[in-house]
Amino acid sequence: MLDVSVAYNRYKFLGHEFLTWLWYMIETDTQKLLDPKAELADIYIGNRIVLENNSHNRDEVITIKGDGAGLEEGVIALQKGAKVTEINLVVKAGENEWRFNLKGESLNIGGLKSPETGRVEKAEDVEGAVLEKIYLYEKAIDLTNFVYQQFIKSRVSPEWEQVVVKNISKWISQAAKS
Amino acid sequence: MGVLSSSVSITQYRVEGTIEDSFLETVVDSLTNNAIREIDNEPEDKSVGWTSLESPFKPDFSGSSYIFGTHLIFSLRIDKKSIPTKIVNKHLKMAIDKRLEQSERESLHRNEKSEIKDEVIRRLYMRMPATPNMYDLIWNYEEKLLWFLCSQKAANEELETLFTKTFKLSLIRMFPYTAAQLTGGLTDLEKDNMEKLSPSTFYRGQHA
Repeated sequence: MLDVSVAYNRYKFLGHEFLTWLWYMIETDTQKLLDPKAELADIYIGNRIVLENNSHNRDEVITIKGDGAGLEEGVIALQKGAKVTEINLVVKAGENEWRFNLKGESLNIGGLKSPETGRVEKAEDVEGAVLEKIYLYEKAIDLTNFVYQQFIKSRVSPEWEQVVVKNISKWISQAAKS
Repeated sequence: MGVLSSSVSITQYRVEGTIEDSFLETVVDSLTNNAIREIDNEPEDKSVGWTSLESPFKPDFSGSSYIFGTHLIFSLRIDKKSIPTKIVNKHLKMAIDKRLEQSERESLHRNEKSEIKDEVIRRLYMRMPATPNMYDLIWNYEEKLLWFLCSQKAANEELETLFTKTFKLSLIRMFPYTAAQLTGGLTDLEKDNMEKLSPSTFYRGQHA
């Protein structure tokens, strides 16, 4: 394995490709992103997406935020060669909802809002509340890891360039027309 | 406590290595030996150490208050003092003026000024209380996983250093490369292929 600090910078692009692929998968094949064991029902893009375009000596950052914001500007940025560097995700399981930001280069989960737990009124309530929180955090973490595993398996496969990238390109093209 | 906050940030780690001797006993001793040291009324500007979830200002790792099922939960505490430059300059000017008056000279040598500055900062640190920051961590010791509830670079670096020093265990931060290599479920051949990857171009022009 490479030195960690060297590897962080050298393979940062994988995190950006991961989130771009994730957007494509959310739009085209959501069910493949959900681990059947995790009992999650849906995943979609929340209220923020950040793209960066470093191609052709550009250094552009495109941020789209706000509930209900359209992603058209993001699609145009993809056409110009941008990749997603940060995404806000919403994950549902019945009445429960998780919202969090996922950062491509670090895979850090930020601003995670998990379903509410029971109120802590007495000292004895703390242990139960903490265990419940751990369970809820684990759902978001497991989802992130599961989805990343799907991506990386695909990324190292021979089909990546010939099939997956081709399909992503088609999707960008179609999304730009619609 | 951070772990019960309505919104958290999480950095994932893998814990490398094992504690050979009695696990919980070793953990408690190690935490106690590396607990946060108060620096109020001291000349230091920074202190980093462990503290307990329930009593962050009086670390106590006795009993089982930090054990939650197969998880250990405690906090990294970083105490820092930061003196505004304008305050340093004011006190430095006052100290230099006083020295000049006492020595009946018109100027001081650069080394002397530097010594006075160090002494001024030392005195100011002693008078200034440190600002504490707590960051909770959740360590699943059976799965060798650790979630640090913070994504700030500096705090993560402090965690990695202190954790290794305390438990003689390494923490490997999960990011695209390490997650692929260690938890991505790749075969050895796929791992080798991954190391040769270069960026893809996603958009290849208009499609019919």
